[in-house]
Parts: sequence; C-alpha cells; structure tokens
Amino acid sequence: MGAHLADVHIAAMGFEKIIPRAEHLGVYLRLLARSATGQPITTFSSHFHRPRPDQEMHIVIVDNGRSRQLGRPDFRNSLKCIRCAACMNTCPVYRRSGGHSYHSAVAGPIGSILAPNLDMKQNADLPFASTLCGSCSNVCPVKIDIHDQLYKWRQVLMQEGYGPTAKTMSMKAMATVLESPRLYRMAGKVGRGVLRFAPVTVENRFNPWYNQREMPEPPTESFRDWYVNNKKA
Amino acid sequence: MTTREKILASIQANQPSLLPLPEQFTFTTTYPDLTKQFSDSLAFVGGLAVVVPDYTAIEAHLKEHYPALTNVATTCPALAHLADVTLDVTDPHDLAGLNLTIIEGPLAVAENAAIWVDERQLPHRVVPMITQYLVIIIRQSTIVANMHEAYKKLQVNATGFGTFISGPSKTADIEQSLVIGAHGARSLVVYILP
Repeated sequence: MGAHLADVHIAAMGFEKIIPRAEHLGVYLRLLARSATGQPITTFSSHFHRPRPDQEMHIVIVDNGRSRQLGRPDFRNSLKCIRCAACMNTCPVYRRSGGHSYHSAVAGPIGSILAPNLDMKQNADLPFASTLCGSCSNVCPVKIDIHDQLYKWRQVLMQEGYGPTAKTMSMKAMATVLESPRLYRMAGKVGRGVLRFAPVTVENRFNPWYNQREMPEPPTESFRDWYVNNKKA
Repeated sequence: MTTREKILASIQANQPSLLPLPEQFTFTTTYPDLTKQFSDSLAFVGGLAVVVPDYTAIEAHLKEHYPALTNVATTCPALAHLADVTLDVTDPHDLAGLNLTIIEGPLAVAENAAIWVDERQLPHRVVPMITQYLVIIIRQSTIVANMHEAYKKLQVNATGFGTFISGPSKTADIEQSLVIGAHGARSLVVYILP
C-alpha cells in the first residue's frame, strides 16, 4: 500500500533476481509462499511497469558481492535463492538460536553460505555453526546444495587462515598426538591419571566442557592395555 | 567507469557458460470442478466465495453480509446505486475512509484463489489495499486451473500496474503466526457469476 501512496517509489534488487520472461513468474510465484508460510501464493503479487501519474519510480540494481559469488563455481548456486526462508524454518540450529545470532542481514543456512563471500573474516564462524544434517538442502525449492556449500566454505576459510588461533593450535597438537602411537598412549595415560588423582585440574570453570556436565569416570586401563593383558592370558 | 559499467563488466567476467533457456517449464492441472476448487482455495486463504446467478443476488447477499455500511464505492455499473462515495479523486490519500469497495476481476486462478486486477479495473492502484473490506466479482468462464495457464492468458504489461490478489490481507512473518488483516483489506468476498 505504501508504494501506491508515496510520491516516490524506490525498489532495490540484486541483479540475480532478473528472470528471462514474465511467464516464468508462474514458476516462482508457485514456489515462494508455499515454501515460506505454507500459503499457496502471496496475498498480493504486484507487477509494476511504470509509475502512476505524478509519481516517480526508481529501480536500483545492486551487486554487493553477487558478481564475485558468480565467479566461485562451488558457491554460485547460492545465487538461485528466492529468500523463501524454508531452510531457516527447518534448520535445527536456526530454530533454537533465532535470526540475530547470525550477525548477518540474511540469517539461517542460506545466510551462512552468502555471508562469507561478503567478508570472510567477519563471517568465518557462520559455516561452522551447522550440524550439516542436510535438512536445508532437502527443503530448498530451488535446489541449492546448502549443506555441501557450508562444508566447502569451511575448507576455504581454514585454508585462507580465518580459523581461530586456539582451534588451529589445538588441531595441530591433536595431529601430532594422533600420528604417533607412543605419544597417543602416553596422552591417554596422563588423561586417566589426571581425572583420577587431580580432578580439580579439569573440574573448574576454565574448562568449557565442565560448565554444563560432569567429567566422565576414568577407566582403569585403556582398551589396548586390556587387549595386551588378555591376549597373554 | 560508472557503477553500472563496473557491475556489468564484473558479471561478464564471472559469467558461467550459458545454458539454453528451458522451453518446457509448465504443466497442466486438471480439477473436476474449477469453481469448486477456486472456492475451496479461497476459503483456505481466509476469503469467502459465493456463487450467484446475477447482480440482484449479489446485492441481496451484500446487504445481509455488510448491513448498514457507509463509505461504499464501486467500479461496477450494475451496482453503482450502492455506492455513497466516489473513487474519482486526484489524491489517492482521499480514499483513506473507504469501508467497502466492489471491483471486478478479469481472471482468476483455481489452484490458489489468485485474482488478477490491473489499471483497467482500478481507478487508483491503492484501491484494493486501502479499503477496509474488499469485494471482487468474477465470471465462472474466466477461472483457469493454475498459474501457468494464467500467464498464458495475461499480458502483464498491458497497463502500468497489475496484481494477483489471493484472499484478504494477511501475514505470518512474525513467529509464523497468521494474522488476517495486515496491510490491506480485512476481508475478501468473491462473487462468482455464470
């Protein structure tokens, strides 16, 4: 209604929203509302061709990183998005955390694959905030491979060096331990010993794993120790 | 370089290889009774469809459904005597007091109860949104099964503005809870003439 009363009507749109022919709207209008609120079509589907008499009408066509996304073969499919929000309504993460937790204009699974294209550093956390369950790709009416792209963005962001330092360091430490059987056995022994004899070193507020849960009871021996012992007997 | 040239150059540089335009993207839907399907779809989206034999029946139903209503306007010559305000104003803001508006719709879609109206039916574009209650009169013969058929029949740019209206104004954007009567008419009654 606002557009019909105001003296100036300005519409802004991304260039990826341009479709070849008017009759292709038959496809999109059937998809949009049923994937959003479950209505068979939006209540008003307005077609503007020129301003009404004595009114001004402007259409601003925006790039804002879209042409860059077009040049990324793994991610260009995300430009098919019609902003229906089906991926958000189905997402187990979005349903519990809500839109504001995404610190990005477009929230939800689709936002998490669009935002890193705009600013990798600022949005590096978003593709990791997903269980990769694939529900988003499953419901997407324009068949965007959302969860595959979330996974691919993780590779890109880590390779470009946007992983948090603590994570990068602990992953490196983990790699060193896991690739040496001797170190791995020693780490297991130390872990079991610490839990048994000095639980206070892990049962404190500096250990995020301890914040909402009890630490496990340490086993007396590892599976390997058990196997070696029982094989002899 | 203007921003327009920059954007176009950037799109050109990043353009993937082109694909042929899919020519076959439509399908036909068959309903045993288009009028019944339209009426059911309209009920689903919060509107009311009434099949009537003639304008006299419309008038009788209107008087029963909206008794003693003032600020009524219509574009329909057969019902002109029901109107007590005119749509012939210069500033569309002057239509703010409209209670009930009766217009005609040239094309209706059975699958989703969408009715097309354009500037040939609307003296002002804001009419179907600014009125409190909206009535649209359609003809049985103009009901098509689905949106693909509708676009085949339509010339969308015949006038400067056209819109599909499906039911009364509503929104479910906030917490997915449906509210009827949001940014437009609070109710929609559609009369279906033979």
